[in-house]
Amino acid sequence: MSLSTEVREVSGVSIVDMSGRIVLGEETGQVRKTVRGLLESGVSKMVLNLGGVNYIDSSGLGELVSAYSTAQRTGCVVKLLNVQSKVQDLLQITKLYTVFESHTDEDAAVASF
Amino acid sequence: MTECRQLRVNFESTLASVEAAELIVERLGQLSGFDEEQVYQIGMGVRETMVNAIRHGNREGPGKTVSFEASIDADCMRIVVTDQGSGFDPAEVADPRECENLLHASGRGLLIVRAFFDEVEVGPGSGAGTRVRLVKYRAQSA
Repeated sequence: MSLSTEVREVSGVSIVDMSGRIVLGEETGQVRKTVRGLLESGVSKMVLNLGGVNYIDSSGLGELVSAYSTAQRTGCVVKLLNVQSKVQDLLQITKLYTVFESHTDEDAAVASF
Repeated sequence: MTECRQLRVNFESTLASVEAAELIVERLGQLSGFDEEQVYQIGMGVRETMVNAIRHGNREGPGKTVSFEASIDADCMRIVVTDQGSGFDPAEVADPRECENLLHASGRGLLIVRAFFDEVEVGPGSGAGTRVRLVKYRAQSA
């Protein structure tokens, strides 16, 4: 299953709803393109909603890290929402849970900025 | 008693080969009675190993292949992936969990492989290149 991304705005926060797999190839490219597009448009608060993502490889994790780093350089804060169990396991294994602020409730995520 | 299954494939150095190898071991695991979580771990570990072989080993060279072998018996699944690259020392791979490496975009593949398989050996191939041997036991989840 390929990756689909949709962007919406809630109370000044750009939420990227992702569904599918984030793996090396077109999928990681799509994440990069979406995030960069938002940053170029001046977004300063971004939530990556991974509620529909139940498979991610190390390249996908790397793309999330790149999104975080690139956003940080432009003054944008990136947070995660609805991380599924397999993805959460990988965040634990790689210790990336120490990098990302993660929420399980969208309202709480939006209010946290 | 579980029948012994074996296969050997020479893959081209393309991303399509990554998907193919992952699908093969997932199907082998399903047919051989590994549980859903173990099948996921086997598939992910093979995906990461194949990506390393193709991108970092063979550097996606069109004339280079990746040798892939898988066998299953009553106890475990064994997988051997050998590339035709210039080899590398796994001891020199930076730990991606260290603070100074956390924001690196790459370097997590081998860590995931080690987390998902019970045995992982990385060493030189019989010629040039790197040989990775993976073992997943049925009753001993990583």
